[in-house]
Amino acid sequence: MTDDQREVAISVNNVSKFFKLPHEKNSSIKSWVTGSLKRRNKGYEVQHALQNVSFDIKKGEFFGIVGRNGSGKSTLLKILAGIYQPTSGNIKTHGRLVPFIELGVGFNPELSGRENVYLNGALLGFTRKEIDTMYDEIVEFAELEKFMDQKLKNYSSGMQVRLAFSVATHAEADILLVDEVLAVGDADFQRKCFNYFKLLKNQGKTVVFVSHDMNAVREYCDRAVLIEKSKIIVEGNVGKVASSYTRMFMEDDSIDKNDAQTKIKKNRWGTKQVQYNSLSVEPKRITQQAKMIEIHVDYEVKSDVKGPVFGFSIKNTAGTIMFGTNTRLQHKDMAAMKEGDKGTITWRIPNILNDGDYVVDVAVANSDETVQYDWWENAKYISVFREQHTSFAVEPAIDVEVSNG
Amino acid sequence: MTRKYLDKYHYSLILLRELVITDFKLRYQGSALGYVWSLLRPLALFAILYVVFVKFLPVVSDAIPHYPVYLLLGIVVWNYFSEVTNNGVGSIVGRGDLIRKLNFPKYVIVLAGSFSALINLALNMIVVAIFALISGVDMSITAVWAPILIIELFVFSLSVAFLLSALFVKLRDVNYIWEVIMQGAFYATPIIYPINIIPVVAQKILILTPPAQIMQDLRHIIVTPHAATIGTIYGSEWMRLVPIGFVAIFAVFAMWYFRKHSKGFAEEV
Repeated sequence: MTDDQREVAISVNNVSKFFKLPHEKNSSIKSWVTGSLKRRNKGYEVQHALQNVSFDIKKGEFFGIVGRNGSGKSTLLKILAGIYQPTSGNIKTHGRLVPFIELGVGFNPELSGRENVYLNGALLGFTRKEIDTMYDEIVEFAELEKFMDQKLKNYSSGMQVRLAFSVATHAEADILLVDEVLAVGDADFQRKCFNYFKLLKNQGKTVVFVSHDMNAVREYCDRAVLIEKSKIIVEGNVGKVASSYTRMFMEDDSIDKNDAQTKIKKNRWGTKQVQYNSLSVEPKRITQQAKMIEIHVDYEVKSDVKGPVFGFSIKNTAGTIMFGTNTRLQHKDMAAMKEGDKGTITWRIPNILNDGDYVVDVAVANSDETVQYDWWENAKYISVFREQHTSFAVEPAIDVEVSNG
Repeated sequence: MTRKYLDKYHYSLILLRELVITDFKLRYQGSALGYVWSLLRPLALFAILYVVFVKFLPVVSDAIPHYPVYLLLGIVVWNYFSEVTNNGVGSIVGRGDLIRKLNFPKYVIVLAGSFSALINLALNMIVVAIFALISGVDMSITAVWAPILIIELFVFSLSVAFLLSALFVKLRDVNYIWEVIMQGAFYATPIIYPINIIPVVAQKILILTPPAQIMQDLRHIIVTPHAATIGTIYGSEWMRLVPIGFVAIFAVFAMWYFRKHSKGFAEEV
C-alpha cells in the first residue's frame, strides 16, 4: 500500500468547486449597502464548475484532461495548480509542481528581455545565481542573442513566446501542468513544443495536459479523463476518451461553434460586380455517414459582366488547401450576366475529409481571373467528425483486396 | 516537513527580491532625474510649507526650535506612511494577471511594495540628517531609539496596506475612500503645526494614532526635546503602551484578514 502511494504524483479526492456568481458584482459601496439590505436570497446564483471529481495521476504519467469549453477542465487545472481552492474535497501533490497556464507569466513590456528572464525565472522559483548559470542556454534556445537588452515591448509576439518558452523549458519540476500552450505559435514553434514534450516523457516527468486537440492527446498521453458538465464521464484509456469526445460533438447538434471558429477572421474583398449573398453547407453535421458534402452559394450580379468564373476551396485550420476547383476548370463556361441576375451554384464533393476542422473559401472572378469580383475568405467553418482519426490528410473510400497465392 | 517550509520561504524570498528590483526599475523609468524624484518630492513639499510657515506665519514656526528640520522630519514620516498605504491599496488587484495564473504567497506583493518605500525612507532620513547638521541640531543620545520607532512605523504602515489591499479586491471604492481619509489625516496629524496649539482634548486623541505618536517621538529624540510626545501629553510614559499595543493587535488582525482572504484572490481580482 505504501509503495502504491509513493507512485502517485497527484491524487484528487472528491473535489467540487462552486462559484457564486452575483447577478451584479457588488464592488462599489452603493451596491454593497443597498445589496446587503435586500439581498441574501436572490443576489447570486451558484455555478457548479466541478462536482465530485476524483482521480489519481501516477508518477511519470502523461495525463490528458479533455473537455469542451465550459466543461470545467480549466477550473480543474487551476485547482491542481493551487490557484483556486476547492469548495470541498482535497488534492495531494507529491513533488515540485510548476503550472503553465500561460507562457511568460509576469512578463513586463517595460523591462528588457534580460530582466524579464530573471523575473519570470523567479516566479518559477529560480534564484539569480541559478539563472546566471543557465542564462546563455536560455537565450540561445530562444535565438534572441541580439535582442536581450531591448525592452520586451519592442519584441514581436513570436519573439516573446520563444523567450517565455525557453525559460519554461528550464523549469525544474517533477510535475508540469500545461494548458494548451501549444495553441499559440507557428508550426515551427509547435514542433519545438512537441519535441520538448517527448523529452519530458523520456525523462519520466509527470505532465498534466489540457487540450482540445485529440491528435496531441492521442499521441502523447498515457491516460486521460473526459470532463463534461463539471463531471468526469470517461476515465482511463486515451483512445476511449478521445473517441467519446469526438462522438459528443456528433450527437450534440446545438454545438456548431468551436474555438477555432472564433479565431478565424473573415476576410473579403473584390469589386463586387458579382456578389455572394449567402453560403451554406450540407449536411449540417458532417460525419462519416455523409457520402457527399454540398456547398451552396447564392450570387447576385450588381453590374453587367461576361463569363464570370466561380470557385471554392477547402483548407484545414493550419491553412493548407485540401482541394478546390472552379467553373473554368470544370469546363462549365458561364454566359454573360446582366445586372440584377441571381442564381445558385452547388458544389458536390465526395466526403473524403479526415476528422477535424476546415474552412471554406469561395470566390468569383472575371473570365480570365484577373479581376476578383468577390473573394470571400474563411466564409464558412465546418467540422468533420469521424470516429477514427488517422494521420492521413484525406480519407477517401479505399477498397483493399488481399489474395493469397 | 521543515524542508518544505524552508523551500516555501526560500521561494518567497526569491520572489520578494525580484519584485522589489522590478518595482525599483519601473518606478522612475523614462524620467530624466529618475530616482532623485523620490527625494525631490518631499523636499518640494517641504519648501512650500517652509515658505508658508516661516515667512508668512512665523507665529507657528517660531514656537519650535529648528522648525525646518522638525517640519521635514514630519513630512518624511508622513510621506512613507502614505506611499506604503497608497501603493498597497491597489497592489493585489494590480497584479491580478499573475495571481490568476500562478499560485504564490500573495503577501510578497504587498511586502515588495513597502520595501521600495522603505528605501526611500532611508534616503530621506539621510537628507533629514544633513539638514539637522546644517541647522545645528544638538542631537541627544536618545536618538538611538529611532530604529525602534521606524520598526513601529514599518509594521503599522504594512498592516494598513495588507488590510486595504485585501479589502480593495472585494470593494473597489476602497482606494477613493482611502484617498479622502489621507487628505483629512494630513491635517489631523501634527505634521505642519506644533501639536500643543490645539485643544488638550484633541491633543490626547490625536497622539493616540500611530503616525502622530511616531512622528512626535522621532522629533522629540532627534530634533528637539520641546516636541510633545504621548508621554508628556498624558503625563505618564506608560501611555506609550497604548499605541504600541494597538499596532500589535492591528497587525495581527490585518495579517489574519489578509491570509484568510488571500486564498480567494484568484477568483475575485
